[in-house]
Amino acid sequence: MNKKIVYVDNAATTAMSDVAVKAMLPYLQNFYGNPSSLHTIGQIAKEELDKARKKIAELLNCEEREVYFTSGGSESDNQAIRSAALHGAKKGKKHIITTVFEHHAVLHTLKKLQTEGFEVTYLPVDCNGLIKAEDVAKAIRKDTALVTVMFANNEVGTVLPVAEIGEVCRKNGVVFHTDAVQAVGHIPVDVKAQNIDMLSLSAHKFHGPKGVGAIYCRKQIPLYTFVEGGAQERGKRAGTENLAGAAAMAAALEDACLNMRKNAEKERNLRDRLIEGLLKIPHSKLNGDFKNRLPNNVNICFEGIEGESLLLLLDAKGICASSGSACTSGSLDPSHVLLALGLPHEVAHGSLRLSLSEYNTEEDVEIILRETPEIVEYLRSISPVWESLEKGEKPHLI
Amino acid sequence: MALYSEKVMDHFTNPRNVGKIEDADGIGEVGNAKCGDIMKMYLKIENDVITDVKFNTFGCGSAIASSSMATELIKGKPLSEALTLTNKAVAEALDGLPAHKLHCSVLAEEAIRAAIKDYYDKNGIAYDKSQFPEHDAEEEHSFTED
Repeated sequence: MNKKIVYVDNAATTAMSDVAVKAMLPYLQNFYGNPSSLHTIGQIAKEELDKARKKIAELLNCEEREVYFTSGGSESDNQAIRSAALHGAKKGKKHIITTVFEHHAVLHTLKKLQTEGFEVTYLPVDCNGLIKAEDVAKAIRKDTALVTVMFANNEVGTVLPVAEIGEVCRKNGVVFHTDAVQAVGHIPVDVKAQNIDMLSLSAHKFHGPKGVGAIYCRKQIPLYTFVEGGAQERGKRAGTENLAGAAAMAAALEDACLNMRKNAEKERNLRDRLIEGLLKIPHSKLNGDFKNRLPNNVNICFEGIEGESLLLLLDAKGICASSGSACTSGSLDPSHVLLALGLPHEVAHGSLRLSLSEYNTEEDVEIILRETPEIVEYLRSISPVWESLEKGEKPHLI
Repeated sequence: MALYSEKVMDHFTNPRNVGKIEDADGIGEVGNAKCGDIMKMYLKIENDVITDVKFNTFGCGSAIASSSMATELIKGKPLSEALTLTNKAVAEALDGLPAHKLHCSVLAEEAIRAAIKDYYDKNGIAYDKSQFPEHDAEEEHSFTED
């Protein structure tokens, strides 16, 4: 395959950085010990695991004992939410507050809890994909056990007012969890300054390896165990630790935080050029707030076309992107996130998400801006929906 | 790309018979934009034979490929034969479709039937109504998320 690949699906996953690969390799063959073993090889592994934990704690601004390694973002979300729910239930608190556009790892966990007697308030988001801290304050009740609101949305890239929401929760004595999978390593995260009690993160979203993540859980908040077995992770998650993964995650996060300002500036420049260029296509619309937005997220709808066919044709040109169309999810409805922003179904089907990393270049942007308008125009030329919009049989919605 | 067969990708990227027929004898439109697929078929009919066929489709790759393949399978065929075309035949001719995309081939079959029915209706030709069951677009989407 000699064709140049333009990878703009970094919200799905990223390429591992050289730094992360280098950090990982020694633990695959040389330092392969089990951190629970008493012998030297095992104790070296334990020290290295502690070092990785310490580094991550420093970067999140918390204590080492507040970091627990997991298999990734979904597991972290599951454990944090279920743990806070069960702890609340012990005190007769069975109400949880969240937003309608969380990741499915959060939403499906909450749906399950609803079948187990918990009540969940799903806060709506505005047309830009934002909520206000006062919306959370109004929804808090005496029996509220947990507020879980994502740090940044994975599809439309909006950055939510997490510090303010955390402050509201702290004042009201409610546990605050945030799914920060899209934020950590990309925008400043400081669990102390931002009043966060529990946080989920995933290594492969910031050039670390897949299959490893972490929960930050403030020491005053109990964390319940769901994987029973040995006493790893201070009894909170059994199973021999993924030391190679943890070490690579720590290295990747350190690298991401050290270069955050520089990377974000580069991504923001590319992002804004893409947004400006793509919005020149008639009847297109940017989804998500422009100002409170991840530096690497572009999400645009093109009226009259369907996202999957757009993705396939972009892929044929070497451009790897993503869409919130129903056809890409395998379900009837388009993305719950785009619907939550109030987009009509037929518009949401035509969405395109481009998520950048610092590895993207000016040339990538040029290729995308050259190929996309042609593909959109072609798909519109064969679309009966576009035809009826252009003939005025149906009104343009965007 | 392993999502679709080479045949599907061929018919998706180089669709046959794409376009419109201004003086079509029968036009059929099925699906709805809300669900993400609409197919519109145009037929030119002479002596009960489909002499030309064109389509426009709003939808995913398999919807466009199914439309394209279906037009190939009925072009030059008598109406009686076109009416026997099944979604299964369309899917098989494409070397198969993923399970959750089979409804796209159903839409192609329905679009052809709708266009033939339109031709019969416009020309006052009597037909067996049981050949044209009413379809509920939503019903065809009864697959589940995986």
